[in-house]
Amino acid sequence: MPAVVVQDLVKTFRVAERRPGLLGAMKGLFHREYHTVRALDGVGFSLQPGELVGYIGPNGAGKSTTVKVLAGILVPDSGRCEVLGQVPWQERVRHVRNIGVVFGQRTQLWWDLPVIESFDLLRDIYAVPQVQYAATRDELVALLGLGPLLDTPVRQLSLGQRMRCDIVASLLHRPALLFLDEPTIGLDAVSKLAVRDFLLRLQREQGVTTILTTHDMDDIEALCTRVILINHGSIAFDGTLEALRGRVTQERYLTVEFADGGAWRDEPDVTVVRSNGQRYTLSFDPRQIAAADLIARIAARYPVRDLLVENPPIETIIARLYDEDQP
Amino acid sequence: MSAYLSTFQARGRVLLQYREAALAGVVTQLFWGGIRIMIYEAFYRSSSAAQPMSYAQTVTYLWLIQAMLLLVPWRVDPEAAASIRDGSVAYEMVRPADLYWYWFSRGLAQRVLPVLMRAAPIFIIAMPFFGMQAPVSAAAALAWVASIGAAALLSCAITMLATISLLWSVAGDGVSRLLATLASLLSGSVVPLPFYPDWAQPVLNALPFRGLMDIPFRVYTGDVTLGQWLPLLGHQLIWTAVLVLIGRWLLARGLRRLVVQGG
Repeated sequence: MPAVVVQDLVKTFRVAERRPGLLGAMKGLFHREYHTVRALDGVGFSLQPGELVGYIGPNGAGKSTTVKVLAGILVPDSGRCEVLGQVPWQERVRHVRNIGVVFGQRTQLWWDLPVIESFDLLRDIYAVPQVQYAATRDELVALLGLGPLLDTPVRQLSLGQRMRCDIVASLLHRPALLFLDEPTIGLDAVSKLAVRDFLLRLQREQGVTTILTTHDMDDIEALCTRVILINHGSIAFDGTLEALRGRVTQERYLTVEFADGGAWRDEPDVTVVRSNGQRYTLSFDPRQIAAADLIARIAARYPVRDLLVENPPIETIIARLYDEDQP
Repeated sequence: MSAYLSTFQARGRVLLQYREAALAGVVTQLFWGGIRIMIYEAFYRSSSAAQPMSYAQTVTYLWLIQAMLLLVPWRVDPEAAASIRDGSVAYEMVRPADLYWYWFSRGLAQRVLPVLMRAAPIFIIAMPFFGMQAPVSAAAALAWVASIGAAALLSCAITMLATISLLWSVAGDGVSRLLATLASLLSGSVVPLPFYPDWAQPVLNALPFRGLMDIPFRVYTGDVTLGQWLPLLGHQLIWTAVLVLIGRWLLARGLRRLVVQGG
């Protein structure tokens, strides 16, 4: 049985129209005009238990609306939505016991209290039995190496430490479904790696079904095999990262560094994207020429010192896909 | 239930970190208490008309105001206000807890503990040195404690209403100011309510605010006998219940609107 099923989800918001100028603002006091925004326009997907899926899209695409529907905070206009066999907005309190949420921009920990006390408070709010709570907490704390931080007030933690504590906090009641909303936002490179490493371990060892929304494509690349891309309220893509690349572009890059005396001559099947001294970046389409053949040819004809084949950065792909989808 | 109790305790532990603020508060309250008492002393000496309370009762009433001033609901719950403003109220909606009681228990801690931290030193200093009297009887002392408890609940229910109004008006400054003015004037924390003109008394008696200060203080000083006090405790409790019901109804409506309109 899938952990999450969503079908034809539609959600519209009424937004008050602002009229320009002072006169317009005064008119607005008495009579407002509204227009409707379709935040979700027929969204559908399903997740298997234990899946970690990247849910991406530009700002305002409908990511957080989807997450709020799944969390039981928003009621959709129409469509079907089941999380662990339950409809989220019916019996909200029972539903939210099964889910954990991390909003990267906010913390659920008490600012002035040691981390451990926030954990204890969550234990009481979720009514987790003490034995189970202690086992879960110790396991997570050991897994993440957070032991030395537990007695530190949250306000003294670094952002990266705080984020890891926040993730633990969202898991103390052993939710079957976890929402991570930009868990690496604002973190430095080392902390990002630590959080990603943690999430991978969590995935391997606990098998929590996880929906990750992020704008950081390195997160997606490091963590997710499956990507769902939402744009203008509907699903623009659902599949593996490789398929996403393939759909937008087949292009690959070959960077060659020549030994002294090598000079570039025009070659068929490739175009020069950049050149810097003896270093050339060439783009080619693997459907026209296999990477191995191209490398063999270049190596035969030029004095090559170094070679590197790359995929285009995922940011480029996503940007193209967003553009492609513009109405 | 234990979730709300833990919330109360956690908030309490936070507040205990601010002992210096409490100490500063005590000094300020003692200072203002002294000034107020000088004003009333001048007033009692210069007037020969009959006063609604004896001088000793008035002095005690004034010290009780100084000790319990923070019981007056003078602003919206800052944490709840922030969560409404920045949208993290969504975090609180994904908890298996009743949002009203969650905020209420946190607000109660925020209300009660600072009062306790400030009241005890003021009692210790004002009783031997500045004319504050003990409760008129042991029974009056118990009645006072019960009434203060009811006042704390009432104060929280009023604060909750103001906080919930932010679901419609977002900026909380106006609500806080209005609330602070109304609550201080009508509870008796600026001028003891017996000194208000006769025509105002029925209005003051009907409104919930006298339950914040006037009722507990007058049973303490003996201005209200125990027999008179019992219906007044009812006044406090009934108003609290009514305001809680209104607050819960409004919160449900506000959250539904939030849900309909999106975050």
